[in-house]
Amino acid sequence: MENMNIGHHISRQFNEELEDVRNQVLIMGGLVEQQVIDAVKSLVEGDSRLAQEVIENDRKVNGLEVAIDEECTQILARRQPAASDLRLVIAVIKTITDLERIGDQAEKIARMGLHLNEMERPKGQYYEVRSLGERVAKMLHQTLDSFARMDVDAAIKVSQQDDIIDHEYDGILRKMVTFMMEDPRSIKRSLDVIWSVRALERVGDHSQNICEYVIYLVKGKDIRHTEYMRKAVKD
Amino acid sequence: MNDNKDKTHAIDMSALGRSDAGLSLDNEEIAIRVDSLTLFYGDKQALNGVDMKIPKNRVTAFIGPSGCGKSTLLRCFNRMNDLIDSCRVEGEVSIDGENIYGKAVDVVDLRRRVGMVFQKPNPFPKSIYENVAYGLRLQGIKDRRVLDEVIEHSLKGAALWDEVKDRLNDSGMGLSGGQQQRLVIARAIAVEPHVLLLDEPASALDPISTLKLEELIYELKEKYTIVIVTHNMQQAARVSDYTAFMFMGDQVEFSDTDTLFTNPREKRTEDYITGRYG
Repeated sequence: MENMNIGHHISRQFNEELEDVRNQVLIMGGLVEQQVIDAVKSLVEGDSRLAQEVIENDRKVNGLEVAIDEECTQILARRQPAASDLRLVIAVIKTITDLERIGDQAEKIARMGLHLNEMERPKGQYYEVRSLGERVAKMLHQTLDSFARMDVDAAIKVSQQDDIIDHEYDGILRKMVTFMMEDPRSIKRSLDVIWSVRALERVGDHSQNICEYVIYLVKGKDIRHTEYMRKAVKD
Repeated sequence: MNDNKDKTHAIDMSALGRSDAGLSLDNEEIAIRVDSLTLFYGDKQALNGVDMKIPKNRVTAFIGPSGCGKSTLLRCFNRMNDLIDSCRVEGEVSIDGENIYGKAVDVVDLRRRVGMVFQKPNPFPKSIYENVAYGLRLQGIKDRRVLDEVIEHSLKGAALWDEVKDRLNDSGMGLSGGQQQRLVIARAIAVEPHVLLLDEPASALDPISTLKLEELIYELKEKYTIVIVTHNMQQAARVSDYTAFMFMGDQVEFSDTDTLFTNPREKRTEDYITGRYG
């Protein structure tokens, strides 16, 4: 049932409630995306003030999660939505959980950044974190875009990027292990870098989850833990 | 999705102790079969060639806007429409394998097998006991012991026994609306029908009585095939196993209730159940 117009309810009030909840998810998505970008930037550029800001802003992300959750509960209780309306509310509840987790990962990266700033900066200037961070931020941006446009094809395409992210993450991990073996003094710093890229890799996983909710929302199919995405790409 | 080689990605629901959730008409025994049923009130066509299979021992709900033909279709199942002069029926309705519009059909016996409960409770102006005994007396049963037993059984079946057992000789009209509706159901099941037709049975009841009635419907489906017409979509979603959405004399969609209310196939169904104008 690909009939994803939120509007056209006989109850205009209901239209507004659904539209409102959807907009809030997009606001939360935008904030979380900025958090990831800033966290990576603070780490790569050694900007402790920016890192502090990211840590502080995570409370806003948490606040949005609670507020949107509450609004969804209200809609369920008062409107008893059905079909695509029900799927929208469910998809929103799930999406904001993943967005909040992404926010937590951004905060984690910012904390690692603060930590790393206390140490000597390496020659490479954390370029691997920067490169993975850019890729992850782009994926998150496109994920939110597919949610905003309720675009299944885009969601399928975006979700594939998680494979590349995982691959890149594995490469960084191997490199860090090599560093640590070559020079045990680098272990502390390498571990912090590993935690950071691990956090970025998790952001990719959460983005992929959101892509799955977009497909549930539009198609009514629960495709988690299936080969749906891979098959869809092949076709 | 089960054929993928990477087993780590396959879903295994065995921990729930069931292989696959979800109802399918393919696995059901069919109680009522409707074949290209067309119905006219005078010149006005009310049903446009409806085909439908209603499964046995399940609750099937008919939903749709006023005038869509859902009550008309329900009334076809025990030939209540025969009582309307201008009404003309074409097509077939088979119950337990017999075309009920066949020439040899005894309509009185049909209505015993296919009981009906209406929107407004309609107890007879008699005692509670006599209300339930009515159908049995019509069948010529006089033995007090048999009557007592069936009446207790029917009132228990309609979840009314505990509330009226000490005043069976009081008038049925003195009961509350919800109790009256359950009394009418007891009267209907006393004659051991195969099918129970419920036409908006809860629309005149308060929420608590409605819930009791819905609980009763859930229990009754063990023994009977139940078809319910309701304007209350949440009620259809709560009580039914299958739901048919009707619109302007057509059956638009017939699905298991889970599917119909979460992911309907047809846009018209979607618009109706989500409260959109189509």
